[in-house]
Amino acid sequence: MATRHARGLARIAVAPSVLVLFLWMIVPLGMTLYFSVLHYDLLDPGNEPFIGFLNYRYFLTDPAFFAALGNTLKLVGAVLAITVVGGILLALLLDQPFLGRGIVRLMVIAPFFVMPTVSALIWKNLLMHPVSGLFAWIARSVGLQPIDWFAEAPLTAISLIVAWQWLPFATLILLTALQSLDQEQKEAAEMDGAPAIAYFFYIVLPHLARAITVVILIETIFLLNVFAEIRVTTGGGPGLQTTNIPFLVYAQALLQFDVGGASAGGIVAVVLANIVAFFLVRMIGRNLEA
Amino acid sequence: MARAVSVRRLTLMTAAAWLVGFLIFFPILWMILTSFKTELEAFSTPPKFLFFHWTLENFGIVQQRSNYLKFAGNSIILSVGSTIVGILFGVPAAWAMAFSPSKRTKDVLLWMLSTKMMPPVGALIPIYLLFRDSGLLDSRIGLIGVEFLINLPIIIWMLFTYFKEIPGEILEASRMDGATPWREIVYVLAPMAVPGVASTLLLNVILAWNEAFWTLNLTTTAAAPLTAFIASYSSPEGLFWAKLSAASTMAIAPIMVLGWFSQRQLVRGLTFGAVK
Repeated sequence: MATRHARGLARIAVAPSVLVLFLWMIVPLGMTLYFSVLHYDLLDPGNEPFIGFLNYRYFLTDPAFFAALGNTLKLVGAVLAITVVGGILLALLLDQPFLGRGIVRLMVIAPFFVMPTVSALIWKNLLMHPVSGLFAWIARSVGLQPIDWFAEAPLTAISLIVAWQWLPFATLILLTALQSLDQEQKEAAEMDGAPAIAYFFYIVLPHLARAITVVILIETIFLLNVFAEIRVTTGGGPGLQTTNIPFLVYAQALLQFDVGGASAGGIVAVVLANIVAFFLVRMIGRNLEA
Repeated sequence: MARAVSVRRLTLMTAAAWLVGFLIFFPILWMILTSFKTELEAFSTPPKFLFFHWTLENFGIVQQRSNYLKFAGNSIILSVGSTIVGILFGVPAAWAMAFSPSKRTKDVLLWMLSTKMMPPVGALIPIYLLFRDSGLLDSRIGLIGVEFLINLPIIIWMLFTYFKEIPGEILEASRMDGATPWREIVYVLAPMAVPGVASTLLLNVILAWNEAFWTLNLTTTAAAPLTAFIASYSSPEGLFWAKLSAASTMAIAPIMVLGWFSQRQLVRGLTFGAVK
């Protein structure tokens, strides 16, 4: 039962945030849209003719775009697969009774707090280096040929690094959801002698469905934008092997100075992200009503 | 009813959990160990795990040669500054939406969330050009502004979910006791809101500390925080593993400690209240 006075105050309280976010969203987006129909080259200033959809045509028919789109999807897919499956297994394990819960939890969460540039460089050098890296040493000690990660499988290497960063996030959310599973239901299933596999597929997994969806949607939003890890390890190479869409747009704008083309790429990235965002926003909105 | 757990099962689970935890944590541990080695031992094969000549020299060299403290200072100013501005905008907004919601509150919240989904590359070029033209490139103030804007939706959402949990009845009770609106806020609501605000502050400092897209693209030296400092090791200094490790350890240590305190809030903050 808010009075009109309170309503007015509430509006004044919300207004500044709405205003800055609106500007933050609309101004850059509008400018990007505008640039995307110009021939705009930073090396050729003062000469920015309108060229319609030509930038889009170039960007969308560029083989680099297809390579980048493919890499983006592979990266997102691989990291999602590893973190969701790994996260479920880890959450199940951490939900068991064991000694030293607090410490194990801290160790599992730790990678999430490591800044992307650090995790990328530590993995690339200390662990994945083909000669002196720890993985190479392990491979040689068991009689295998060490893998030269960033030469032979650069995208896999980056996916592993990013998956390591996001595994704690998935685990933590799934563990939180798991802990809200009704204790009585658990005990009832145990007393009925339900086999562990059946218990998992008929009770645990359906209970986790929502949390899994949330993990997938939120991770996708972030994974579509992976940038720092690529920039400090491979710079998009070798060739285009690790160039994803954000990196392609960055390279086109700030390395090749083609603002128009990069803007068209930026708009394509916005459209892609919006497809995911649409589902996420709807899901969270439904939750808000409950 | 607590269930009796067999000793065997407990031992097994403890061993498994510790093993997995150790494996996940290992890259960080390895980095910390390497930071205490000499460059020669950092490269040695077979690798030396604990029995090497422990030294602190790397930390000194990193500070001397590349002025770690300047970058750390920028990281602190950026993450704390942007979060405080965010809280100043966010508290009134979240407060109003939680306590006097209107028909449009839900739409406003969802719209704010959707701004967070805009990929940064969609805004990179205009922001870069605007910053270049207004002299904001490589300035702390400009970067604080950007970090503030990208975290504002998370701040408002987190605060909203916390404020929502403050029961409305308590307000009625205090009103019946004759509390003025001002006393109501200071003595009744504020104490209940403090934990939520604190958690929000903590998580957003962490997020801003680790944010690497804008910090890498909008800074060069003057305003560069630790993310950019580490990126400068990508080549050719990446060949100095002990120094890279020392620099990295110093870059993540402060935030790791904060992160461990805020692990519970992480779930709520990053799922926009969808999982609690």
